Amino acid sequence: MVRPLVEMLAIRRRFGGVRALSGVNLTVLPGEVHCLAGENGCGKSTLIKILSGVLAPDSGRIVLNGAEHARLTPAASQAAGVQIIYQDLSLFPNLTVEENIAFRRHVGRAGRLVRVGAMRSEAQAAMARLGVSLRLGALVRDLPIASRQLVAICRTLAADARLVVMDEPTASLTHQEADALLATIRGLRAHGIATVFVSHRLDDMMRVGDRVTVLRDGANAGTFAMGDLDRGRLGELISGRRLADAVKQPLSGSAPPALEVRSLSRGGEYEGINLAVRPGEILGLIGRLGSGRTELALTLFGMNRPEAGEILVRGRSVALDSNRAAIREGIGYVPEDRLSLGLVMPQSIAENTLVTVLGRLCGRLGLIDPQRRAETVARWMERLQVKTATAERPVMELSGGNQQRVVLAKWLATEPRVLILDSPTAGIDVGARAGLYRTMDELAALGLAILLISDEVEEVRHQAHRILVMLGGRIAGEYSPSGITDEQLREVIRA
Amino acid sequence: MRERLTSLGRSHEARLAVIVLAIAAFFAVEAPGFPTLANLMDLLEGRAVLAILAAGLLVVLIAGGIDISCAAVAAVSQYLVALCLIRWTGNWALALLLAAGFGAALGAVNALLIHALKAPPVIVTIATMTFYFSMLIFLTKGVSLYDLPDWFTVKVSILGVPLPVAMAAAVLGATAFLLRRVSLGRQIFGLGGNPEAARRMGCNVAGLQVFIYGFSGAMAGLAGLVQAYRVEEVAPSALIGRELDVLAAVVLGGASLTGGRGTVGGTVLGIVLLAMLHNGLTLMGVSSYLFGSVTGLLILLSLAATSVSQGRPQKGGRHAG
Repeated sequence: MVRPLVEMLAIRRRFGGVRALSGVNLTVLPGEVHCLAGENGCGKSTLIKILSGVLAPDSGRIVLNGAEHARLTPAASQAAGVQIIYQDLSLFPNLTVEENIAFRRHVGRAGRLVRVGAMRSEAQAAMARLGVSLRLGALVRDLPIASRQLVAICRTLAADARLVVMDEPTASLTHQEADALLATIRGLRAHGIATVFVSHRLDDMMRVGDRVTVLRDGANAGTFAMGDLDRGRLGELISGRRLADAVKQPLSGSAPPALEVRSLSRGGEYEGINLAVRPGEILGLIGRLGSGRTELALTLFGMNRPEAGEILVRGRSVALDSNRAAIREGIGYVPEDRLSLGLVMPQSIAENTLVTVLGRLCGRLGLIDPQRRAETVARWMERLQVKTATAERPVMELSGGNQQRVVLAKWLATEPRVLILDSPTAGIDVGARAGLYRTMDELAALGLAILLISDEVEEVRHQAHRILVMLGGRIAGEYSPSGITDEQLREVIRA
Repeated sequence: MRERLTSLGRSHEARLAVIVLAIAAFFAVEAPGFPTLANLMDLLEGRAVLAILAAGLLVVLIAGGIDISCAAVAAVSQYLVALCLIRWTGNWALALLLAAGFGAALGAVNALLIHALKAPPVIVTIATMTFYFSMLIFLTKGVSLYDLPDWFTVKVSILGVPLPVAMAAAVLGATAFLLRRVSLGRQIFGLGGNPEAARRMGCNVAGLQVFIYGFSGAMAGLAGLVQAYRVEEVAPSALIGRELDVLAAVVLGGASLTGGRGTVGGTVLGIVLLAMLHNGLTLMGVSSYLFGSVTGLLILLSLAATSVSQGRPQKGGRHAG
């Protein structure tokens, strides 16, 4: 039996009256990829903070490399080879790649002279170990997010990491970039460096993990060898409930479409698109990044004009030359990048929810009626189960899942007839996902036509009544969810 | 090499240098008396105080802070040093030490307040500026000091360079060395670029801030001393309002008000540009009331140029990875 790199035993921690961790165990072996899974608020971040020495547990034992630490400090944690890569990466955007990688040289030795050569060779050595090549003199702010992540990993290597903890590393990456990152993590394993991989993405965990520890409500739901689990079982362990496995059947009847598109084209983005979505229907549009799915969605929301073709709303041809025009026609859009497109982060939940409907809340004199404002907000907070004490909290303080619900509330408040959802569950946890799926079904049952755009096979196959596959800007096929398996669908979109 | 050249062409400093040369050429033709060595030295000497203040402010801006109180700190420490010199005569070494010491102490107060109150530096340093200037005028009743020691009023030059210019050059050189070649300087850039990351990497943020504001204060103290040397008197109100000239020069030189960016070279160019403009316009007989508008326009132009060049995606970094 190898000696564990990290042993955390019966860790307990309370914050005021709230019990964040009630006796959690985590054992990480040298060189393994250990996934840490759990819903928001299950105690993952608290556990990581305790491991980093930033936060002290109320009770429990921490053993690093066989040495017990009664009071683990950040310095002791780092000395034991534990390096944390936070979700924001904590890089210096104004410094170069090599300066970032070798930054630790400057800390604690303020008077030392900068040795450019030593800094460079340190950075090069770290990149060589990781098998990547970045321009050493490039400023980090000019790098794409995936390269920044590599810089952050190199920095941990330069600090002699034996364990790299990555908090949601794939959340902000495209699928191709995530693939590359997973390969990098396997590379770390080959060098004997262990990884704790904290994630919401079941697929990523399944693909890279050797073992997984699942936390639920501040307690262990168990530690498993990844090979013993399948995706569904892992999802169940995380959420503590069984995810629906049923698929929907295409709607019967011949109701006229709420939104129809005929031979829509826009140079270099999409071509000859025909689709129709009926009231009460969830139409899945699946395609990988770059397939033109988002560009099409933006056109349907009036954000960029098509070069040819026709858009019909309830059988009437319309020119959607602005998003205001789209909103007037009853089209709502929840963007893929909810952070940059959907919300004004420092403003309150209420402000964000109401921004699309301010006009309707006006009483006499054109002033906003406070009562109508409060009613509208309360209605949607309740319907969408946004967990918050007050709707006056800034949106940026909410979790990803709750932010997504506020975006949804914002569009539902316009009472649209067509709702376009672009990758609605990217980066949110399994439980919040289930909630969103339920909401989506309810909305469809109320007669809303929903266009669900996603690159997640399971999501589209389980949520949609019909599936359109988009490939290279064209509709490559239509499927009924029961007529195709997840695996077949995965093959189709990779073609 | 090509990479280095294109990055030079992109840099704020390079653009600024071109503008400085163009304006110099313009005045050389248009303003009689501009291109003489005497005028050049005069021009530099007139800006030495500003340059020393700018060195301090540059470091603060790079670290993501701001120090509006620098001119007030200069005025207070100038007065304190003058009182000491009048009482004990002293010598240059003592004067420099006292000036830097008083200034550093007053500057460190800013850091402690910012840290203790968790308040924005701009508010704290406006408050200390107002307080320092007001107390100075109140306690001195606005009385200027003239009876400075004789050794202090003798004009010194080092290798033909007047003392204020030599001091400014030394201070700017030392600042450049600190920023580029010392670990502390890298930490200051890191702090300005991402304070949270600096904290997580183990930087002593409170200590860094005491250093940064203390450094700015020390520079202000030296600037005050040089100013007293130039005019051979200490007037409590002499430096009121100078902080904005300093800020203008540093920002014109490419330092970012949001932190993490700025160079000594750029700052020098910013100072020279403003100095040349004022000097050249004076020689051409343009009303001095217009200088302020010229300065304001220049700063706006500089900001516009920076935002345009940053708005373009820089392809260079994309090839990495």
